[in-house]
Amino acid sequence: MKAMNHLQGYLRSDGRKGIRNVVAVAYLVECAHHVAREIALPWREHEVHAIGFPGCYPNPYAERMMEQLCTHPNVGAVLLVSLGCESFNKYALERVVHASGRPVKTIVIQGTGGTRASIKEGRAWVEEQRIALDAAETVPMQVSELVIGTVCGGSDGTSGITGNPAAGRAFDQLIAEGASCIFEETGELIGCEHIMAARAITPELGLELEKSVAKAARYYATLGYGSFAAGNAAGGLSTIEEKSMGAYAKSGASPISGLLKPGDVPPRGGLYLLDVVPDGEVRFGFPNINDNAEIAELIACGAHCVLFVTGRGSVVGSAISPVVKICANPETYRRMSDDMDVDAGRILEGKAGLDEVGTEIRNLVVSLAQGGRTKSEELGHQEFILTYKSFEPLGPACLPAA
Amino acid sequence: MSQHDPRLILLDPRDNVFVARTRLPAGEPIETGTGPAVIDRDIALAHKIARRAIAPGEKILKYGAPIGVATEAIAAGHHVHVQNMKSDYTPTYHLEDERAGTFPSPLAGEGGAARSAVTDEGSRNQAGEPG
Repeated sequence: MKAMNHLQGYLRSDGRKGIRNVVAVAYLVECAHHVAREIALPWREHEVHAIGFPGCYPNPYAERMMEQLCTHPNVGAVLLVSLGCESFNKYALERVVHASGRPVKTIVIQGTGGTRASIKEGRAWVEEQRIALDAAETVPMQVSELVIGTVCGGSDGTSGITGNPAAGRAFDQLIAEGASCIFEETGELIGCEHIMAARAITPELGLELEKSVAKAARYYATLGYGSFAAGNAAGGLSTIEEKSMGAYAKSGASPISGLLKPGDVPPRGGLYLLDVVPDGEVRFGFPNINDNAEIAELIACGAHCVLFVTGRGSVVGSAISPVVKICANPETYRRMSDDMDVDAGRILEGKAGLDEVGTEIRNLVVSLAQGGRTKSEELGHQEFILTYKSFEPLGPACLPAA
Repeated sequence: MSQHDPRLILLDPRDNVFVARTRLPAGEPIETGTGPAVIDRDIALAHKIARRAIAPGEKILKYGAPIGVATEAIAAGHHVHVQNMKSDYTPTYHLEDERAGTFPSPLAGEGGAARSAVTDEGSRNQAGEPG
């Protein structure tokens, strides 16, 4: 099936290739959010996505996230929308985007003359970019150039039996083809840390993996809640350990090549754990206030697409990169099939095996670089959220193969 | 030892719980593989059922791994969930209807029709152990 592997991408100056050619309209404080959203509105179905950071006060994590998102391979041009008085370093962000070779412009609402004038100026610029990007040529791309993330949300008792292990099988296939795959949610690996550490390519990395889960356990213990929502219990999951065992299955069976933090791009193909729990004292609240916070972090690590396994039935997509929704629960699939790309619940009903659904997911990922679109893209889902966090840089043991 | 009920999945031979492949009503007789038992309350899809009698303080095993501890004696065939087990790590947050066992079931009555061609051996391979 050679034809299955003819991928096309947009070549960027850093050598990475995008499977989308999005204009990102980025607000740099909540006060500029409305203007950014209004600028993007006429192109809601034509690859103009609003992203941004709501905070008025500086945060190095958020600034790095915005830099990585604005220079993501799926992004072709960037419009920054500033109110004017916020702390976000718009000059630094504009310099980074400019240095990446992408068209970039900053609108300062207070300088432009308010809402109406800013929307008008922004739309005129986006119009020009859209015309140029729509005419852009693509180049051949290999499966090995793909970065794929995975997340689960709205998990229930079916997630760890059907959808998550099927996503794990897809990861194993993609990694065998040279791709980079990223799993995350250290707060949902509590109880799995030792079996996971045994899969690390070096003992030192194994120690780092265990430390990342211990950090998550401590963080959640301080907050008083696990990474566990009421719907998880309604769906048959009784404890965080049980949810963890199911979530862990998303990682497949490949060796673990490294530990990343939000915004770190995998240095080569292989399987990586993304640590999304902040370092240091507990600050700024929950590490992952909802699924989209984690999806944005996976995308900031360069993910071209994200596999999202759901049992209860999530409907979200994301700005910048497509989200593939894998429904673990056959009852949920029947109720919400318009939102679901993959019916993994049929494994529970004995109608398909894990390998078969894993291959289906792998093929769906590849099809996204061949003109295919996900259900959430078709439905216009472009959720995005970014909040305050703080991280220390990666230690030397985290990327042994780099 | 006879086969367990095909409406139940045994994820790992070490487990002391089954996972419900379909919805099961209270009072439904099941075969555990070591003897008959009766379901104690309505069971929603993918919820856990005791494979044998479980003592208070005993670990609950699923995927062959401990996922918490029994807080009371649990009879074979009974629902194993937040009302009779707890985490060894952090408490589980759930809404009140969980302990009462009154599941909002928009599809109640639709369950039970699922095909179960997968054998016990098959269910382990098909449904997969993690790792």
